[in-house]
Amino acid sequence: MRILLVEDDPTVRSFVVKGLKESGHTIDEADNGKDGLFLAVSEAYDVIILDRMLPGGVDGLHILETLRGQEKSTPILILSALSDVDERVAGLKAGGDDYVTKPFAFSELLARVEALGRRGQAEVSSKTTLSVGPLELDLLSRDVTRDGQKIDLQPREFRLLEFLVRHAGQVVTRTMLLEKVWDYHFDPQTNVIDVHVSRLRQKVDRPFETAMIHTVRNAGYILRDPQNNH
Amino acid sequence: MSPDTRPAAPFWWRFLSRRPWPVRSAGVNFAIAYGAIFLLSAGLFLSFTWWSTTSLLDRHVQTEIDSDAQELTRRWVFGGANALSDAIEERLEQNVDDDALYLLIDKHGQRFAGNLPGWPVAITRSNHFYELSIRRYTFSTQAKLKAYDLPDGFKLIVGHDVRGRHLLRHIITETLIWCALMVSLLAIGGALVVRRLFLRVVHSIARTTAAVASGDLNHRIALNGSETDLVAETVNTMLDRINRLMEGVKQVSNAIAHDLRTPIARARTQLEDAALHAQSTEELRDAVDRAVDDLDHITSIFEALLRIAQIEAGSRRSAFAPVALTPLLEGIAELYEASAELAELTLHVELSPLPTLIGDEHMLQQALANLLDNAIKFAPPHSQITLSAQTIPSTSTHPSGIEISVRDQGPGMDEKDMQRAHERFFRAETARSTPGSGLGLSLVQAIAGLHHGQFSLSNAEPGLKATLRLPIQDLPDPKHIEAATSS
Repeated sequence: MRILLVEDDPTVRSFVVKGLKESGHTIDEADNGKDGLFLAVSEAYDVIILDRMLPGGVDGLHILETLRGQEKSTPILILSALSDVDERVAGLKAGGDDYVTKPFAFSELLARVEALGRRGQAEVSSKTTLSVGPLELDLLSRDVTRDGQKIDLQPREFRLLEFLVRHAGQVVTRTMLLEKVWDYHFDPQTNVIDVHVSRLRQKVDRPFETAMIHTVRNAGYILRDPQNNH
Repeated sequence: MSPDTRPAAPFWWRFLSRRPWPVRSAGVNFAIAYGAIFLLSAGLFLSFTWWSTTSLLDRHVQTEIDSDAQELTRRWVFGGANALSDAIEERLEQNVDDDALYLLIDKHGQRFAGNLPGWPVAITRSNHFYELSIRRYTFSTQAKLKAYDLPDGFKLIVGHDVRGRHLLRHIITETLIWCALMVSLLAIGGALVVRRLFLRVVHSIARTTAAVASGDLNHRIALNGSETDLVAETVNTMLDRINRLMEGVKQVSNAIAHDLRTPIARARTQLEDAALHAQSTEELRDAVDRAVDDLDHITSIFEALLRIAQIEAGSRRSAFAPVALTPLLEGIAELYEASAELAELTLHVELSPLPTLIGDEHMLQQALANLLDNAIKFAPPHSQITLSAQTIPSTSTHPSGIEISVRDQGPGMDEKDMQRAHERFFRAETARSTPGSGLGLSLVQAIAGLHHGQFSLSNAEPGLKATLRLPIQDLPDPKHIEAATSS
């Protein structure tokens, strides 16, 4: 993916650039709002990562509003030290697609950036079935089969699996699951999400030879097509 | 009419409408208003007195003239012109006030009797009252006159000098001037008194706020029973709140100093130890990972502290919205049910129908999550956790509300610990070995406070019962909500 990073802190910037390059993405960077706005308007990116407080008189929200004012729908992730709920709401209201607060774990940022990039590519999928390898989900009847064998899932488990399938091959973090599957925006403190995922595994992976849902250390989970492995 | 031909507003109006009122002092303004009102009412009162007295005098004079004329006419009937003339002379002699006026003329216009020098030109009709200015001796005076036709072409004027009315006007005008003078003096005095009163009150408030500004938060404005007590009370309440917030901040900063040192020291030791003694990259990486975990823990403590501070500041009340409690409770229970099962616990949910609450949905979710999290952490295996919620009717001490409780069958807590459980960073001795920061219940307490509710812990024999009691506010009518959200 082609990604633009607008961030003034050199340590954070070089860290994020290094990490994203290692993950196989192309990065353009800007260390102030003016250059950031120029690049964002003139070039085409898959995702823009935007700090909110920037030097140069143009802040993150201003860039965001300018882009949305020009009908550019590039997915934008706001990366900010302003962690207040109200600040978050302000960022999303201005047209941001996701919000990560500093300090952050790189795995969290990467997972969210990749999810946004994927969304940009295949936003309009009116398919009624989803499938990854042997796993098939019927979104209308809510039936799940693996190798033609039916799996019984609770409604919440179905939504969890649906989210994992939609982001197949991508790391999804626990916070992302809590926000997107449960719609909760608080800190659950304990491993509630892990427990739900392990329950899902009992049903989706346990009866079969190969596992599809994998734990990624220090990051989250990933659902992979067993055939496609390496 | 085109706009240009509109007549220009008078000068005084332009002056008044363009300039802002120049006097700033409340005392002086008060005095001006007070004086103006007093003068206006005195003027009205004296005008009324003037008007009613003069009309009474007029009526009195007219009746006197009429009866006098009747009398004189009767004399004419008995004795003719000479008798009338005598009667007039007699009356003039007896008239001590020298205010009676008579004139009798014959058909040639010759003056026959009376004290008027000649027939006034203005009098053309008979039996009609005239008010004229006439010359008498050396001065001119105001007089009321009436002419009567007599037989043989004789004509009679009977009149009355009304210079008394002038005297009256003079007195009233003088009264008004004195009045204005007195009012002005009173107004100036009043202005000074009011000004001093205002200044005293303002000084009292200013002294207190200045003391507070220079750091003495315990100063309060003394109440003296006057109207300004409302301001004083509000300021005092404000100071109380500031004081409480300051105490909170102080407590938090002390707690931070104590309790953040530990994980920071741990992270530092790990990193230093690895830098000095690590034998392999693997070991080094391991130490760095652990240090990152510690830093994440410190970050989460910071976030929790900030959130508590923000909640306690009360600013989140502006984001209050109707919250449907039943789905909220069911959702949280569903989220934690799996964790409970993993810990070999059963989560039992007892919900009665609940009304809508005005509150902050995310915060209520957080509070319940913390309570369930605690219960799961401390309950022994194979026991039951009960989440229950019900409405409770109002009592003498509390308005009607909703009681949400989480009860476990764990070891419970002793009384002393329960008292301190909501303090930041407090952890009971028995809980020190379990993971946690000691901020969970502080957050619940703060969220309860945000919703004007109470949070309490009690022993449920066996186990601990954590109760969140939230008052139900009356739902404002929908229009009100719309107006509030659109502004």
